[in-house]
Amino acid sequence: MSSYSITEPSPLQKWLAGTLVVFYAVITLLPLVWILTTGFKSPVDAIAYPPKILFEPSLEGYVNLFTTRTRVSPEALQALPPPSSWYEEIVRNRDMVIAGPSRYGERFLNSVIIGFGSTFLSVFLGTLAAYAFSRFKVPLKDDLLFFILSTRMMPPIAVAIPIFLMFRTLGLSDTHLGMILLYTAVNISLAVWLLKGFMDEIPREYEEAALIDGYTRFQAFYKVVLPQAATGIASTAIFCLIFSWNEYAFAVLLTSGTAQTAPPFIPTIIGVGGQDWPAVAAGATLFLVPVMVFTILLRKHLLRGITFGAVRK
Amino acid sequence: MAEIVIKNLRKEFGDFTAVQSSSFKIEDGEFFMLLGPSGCGKTTTLRMIAGLELPTSGEIYIDKEEVGQKPARQRDIAFVFQMFALYPHMNVRRNISYPLVSQGMSKKHVRDKVAEVSRILGIEDILDRPVSGLSGGDRQRVALGRAIVREPKAFMMDEPLGALDAEFREHMAEELRALHDRMGATTVYVTHDQLEAMQMGDKIVVMNHGVIEQFGTPQDIYDKPATMFVADFIGSPSMNFLRFHGEVHAGASSVSMHHVDLAVPTVREPFQGDLVYGIRPEHIRLRDDGGNRGEVVAAEYLGTTQIVTVKTAGGDLKARIASDQPATPGETVSLDFNGATATLFDNQTGRALRSDLNEGVLSHV
Repeated sequence: MSSYSITEPSPLQKWLAGTLVVFYAVITLLPLVWILTTGFKSPVDAIAYPPKILFEPSLEGYVNLFTTRTRVSPEALQALPPPSSWYEEIVRNRDMVIAGPSRYGERFLNSVIIGFGSTFLSVFLGTLAAYAFSRFKVPLKDDLLFFILSTRMMPPIAVAIPIFLMFRTLGLSDTHLGMILLYTAVNISLAVWLLKGFMDEIPREYEEAALIDGYTRFQAFYKVVLPQAATGIASTAIFCLIFSWNEYAFAVLLTSGTAQTAPPFIPTIIGVGGQDWPAVAAGATLFLVPVMVFTILLRKHLLRGITFGAVRK
Repeated sequence: MAEIVIKNLRKEFGDFTAVQSSSFKIEDGEFFMLLGPSGCGKTTTLRMIAGLELPTSGEIYIDKEEVGQKPARQRDIAFVFQMFALYPHMNVRRNISYPLVSQGMSKKHVRDKVAEVSRILGIEDILDRPVSGLSGGDRQRVALGRAIVREPKAFMMDEPLGALDAEFREHMAEELRALHDRMGATTVYVTHDQLEAMQMGDKIVVMNHGVIEQFGTPQDIYDKPATMFVADFIGSPSMNFLRFHGEVHAGASSVSMHHVDLAVPTVREPFQGDLVYGIRPEHIRLRDDGGNRGEVVAAEYLGTTQIVTVKTAGGDLKARIASDQPATPGETVSLDFNGATATLFDNQTGRALRSDLNEGVLSHV
């Protein structure tokens, strides 16, 4: 007989599980490590074969990401006053001068506005709709819920052409508002269904107690239900943000200038002055940061959100 | 504090009628029990009085004011839920003070009220604890605290002891009744536990399938059941029913069942057809000799008494007798009914026939 109980894994099982997790983590993290390191390589190191694991770090990729540069003749370079900053110096070592800032900052800001804007709108509308579906007698409730979900039954890009035409007619092409509305429309079904699950789990007695205690229905919702639903709201927000932050196809199709987000912009960096992989990698790395920070901040809720309802309190 | 009057109250959920035209009156300061099996409409009735459900038709008067279609917050009542429904994101103090905050009461006043209530309930030492770590009994006290702190016109309680374990239940039942006696507040209490209803209630309404079967004091309901359902639902073991075909005349004081004459309280209405003779187990005595014989098939020992099951021509009967009286399975005994306590029922409708015993308690309004 083993001295280990059936609920407590044996050391061998623990070791096996640990190895598997590490193996999986390495495989999934490898591309990220590649991107992260490439961002700090020189253009030559970035395409070296076999790939360089150890290399001399350089900020050239990041400098190139945020600037546009012009090639000048060595004589003209000599004639210039000495470089006034470290990034100027990096650029001059390549026989170039900084012509101005790149558009990356703008595109990044567009991503922030559109990503967080549509996430807020999806979660806001989704919370209200989910509460109504969960608590009130909505006529044709099941049909409406199915209809909301049915928007997810095809890849969103399948309706790209109608949306393109609609946006052009309505003047929403290449606007922040247009992209926020579009991503909200895609995310809202997920938000309603996820949040309805969370709302269903909150006992009605809490609100009823508040109603008896002298609060209106809206106050009961705001003061009693919302705090209980915080977990669900947080995890829904993460899912919505990840979608709208990473969305590529619609962004390519519907934005070009003012409202272009970072995903369609990053590949265009490569065309400026040769194949500038470090700059592309730097753009991708920075692009990961906000969604990563957001997820880490809400991580506690996300974990609880995924297992929510599995164990009865 | 207030009296509560219910008139022709009815509630339908789609095709399903949860409560059918109920009427009763709860006197000021009464501890009033709504009793019945699950699904009988007792909780729906309570929720309508509280304003958590709106009645399909009918009127509800709290303190002489018609409130049937008003939202809960305008009725000035308190509600204690079975699962307590303490706000999980607040500590004990905030839970209790929450109803006061909604009234816009000053902070100092709120603090004083919470202190007073927690002293009454003996929960002063847990005021700053989160509610999630509390024991069942403490949660129940906090829920009561939240109910009494506002000094409402009436208390609604939906099986408030249902979530507690058996041992603690009895203790809490006493505490609850003592609290009621001290405050003198009108209380409407829903339960499916007939013992709880008998033990705590001043008056009981027995409901079944959305219909009020009987309304009265625990003694009347136990001794003078208005229907076979009440007779069967109240009491453990429940009333014995002996079914037979026969007839009774007004003024008769015995019925003839399978050629045996059984004494009954003087009958006030004539009846012919399928009859049921109802007798409580404690009103049956076992003797060695005499008519109406049967065979003992089982004896359950309960300490001071025992329940003896006797097989007779009319069916199995249960008798509650002193535990020192010998009753061995297999032995043949004679049954002696205390006819003055018996009730005759119409087997078809389940209704009790009027007699000297139950005259005046049958109608429920």
